[in-house]
Amino acid sequence: MVTLPVIACHECDLLQRKIALPPQGRARCRRCRAILYRDYPPGPDRALACTIAALVLFLIANAYPIVGLEVQGNRETASLYDAVHTLWVEGREDVALLVGFTAMLTPAIEISLLIYLLLPLKFNRVTEGTVPILRFLQTVRPWSMTEVFLLGILVALVKLEHLARVEAGIALWAFGSLIPLLIIASMSFDPEELWAKVTG
Amino acid sequence: MGESDRLTRMAFTRTAGRLGLLSCHLCNSLTESAPGAYEGRCSRCGSHLRFRKPDSITRTWALLIAGYLLFIPANLLPIMHTNSLFGAQSDTILSGVVYLWTSGSWHLAVIVFIASILVPSAKLVTLTFLVVSVQRRSTWDPLQRTNMYRILESVGRWSMLDIFVVAMLVALVHLQTLATIRAGAGAVAFGAVVVVTMLAAMAFDPRLIWDPRWTRHE
Repeated sequence: MVTLPVIACHECDLLQRKIALPPQGRARCRRCRAILYRDYPPGPDRALACTIAALVLFLIANAYPIVGLEVQGNRETASLYDAVHTLWVEGREDVALLVGFTAMLTPAIEISLLIYLLLPLKFNRVTEGTVPILRFLQTVRPWSMTEVFLLGILVALVKLEHLARVEAGIALWAFGSLIPLLIIASMSFDPEELWAKVTG
Repeated sequence: MGESDRLTRMAFTRTAGRLGLLSCHLCNSLTESAPGAYEGRCSRCGSHLRFRKPDSITRTWALLIAGYLLFIPANLLPIMHTNSLFGAQSDTILSGVVYLWTSGSWHLAVIVFIASILVPSAKLVTLTFLVVSVQRRSTWDPLQRTNMYRILESVGRWSMLDIFVVAMLVALVHLQTLATIRAGAGAVAFGAVVVVTMLAAMAFDPRLIWDPRWTRHE
């Protein structure tokens, strides 16, 4: 069947004709106001640049301490891995898994799979397994919670301020700048362009 | 307005489901279903398609009930144990909010209260309302109900806040001379509430809100 310039709303199933959008425009459903599709900048360049930058920041965010704590001359730092590890060692494996999955594993999968898709696209090629990867990304995306984790760090910092001197680590800044990059990346990645290439 | 214009307009106030078209959740394309079939495969990307999410109402109910049950230990059990020179202390989510409030960080107390208490309870109640309204084939303000669904779907993840706070506190205040913080059983229950309510929102199909409009008008 040919692809008709018709789209069904994902939230109310109403059929609508697709129209051309102005730059950065968004088409909304006539009945339920859901966003149907957007206008994206042409080519994978911006999305790819942001995702690679996000990868670098993600590595920094995981390798360095997020916060440092100074109590009576003792200095203690904690990274994301330390948080997961400590929870695990102290017998809260379930919480450790939840934190490791939502703050560490899922963002890592999301970033690396995006690069895996976008890099070949830059050279006008389509990667093997594009469809299952896109399907997987769609399932995984709601569980990637970097921005919630950042707010969690800030609340923890304020709570500790009463106990000891706290200082922000490099990873905190890395997490902070990672979030807008991931948002820009997902807003400039046009799945339709990829679909056009997949189907040839 | 020309006749052809009027005809297209009529054709487009139809839903994909009514015209026997399956819409792909992944690539947005439409596929004609085999006559009488409830499911099919996307002609563009091969995804498995159904007219509506399978057993949406039953699955949403099951996950909602699990959410309500877990909400009780999540609020009653301590999420954090603190051992310090000033003695041992156990905090539930609510006492953590109260502590933030009394120690002068009222803005953080408000954020944590919204994320940990208001959002999960409002989410459970709103989703219950939506499922009941769909089961009764209500035609009351579908736009309003769709907006409710959108809000509950987008704010749900923020309830993970308290889990992350506990994780960071545990990592930092660990084997310290001044104090030790450990995660409590409440944290497990609370994390489960967040996961289960997120799954419940995903199992619910917002298109069901709009479906009765057609069957009633016929």
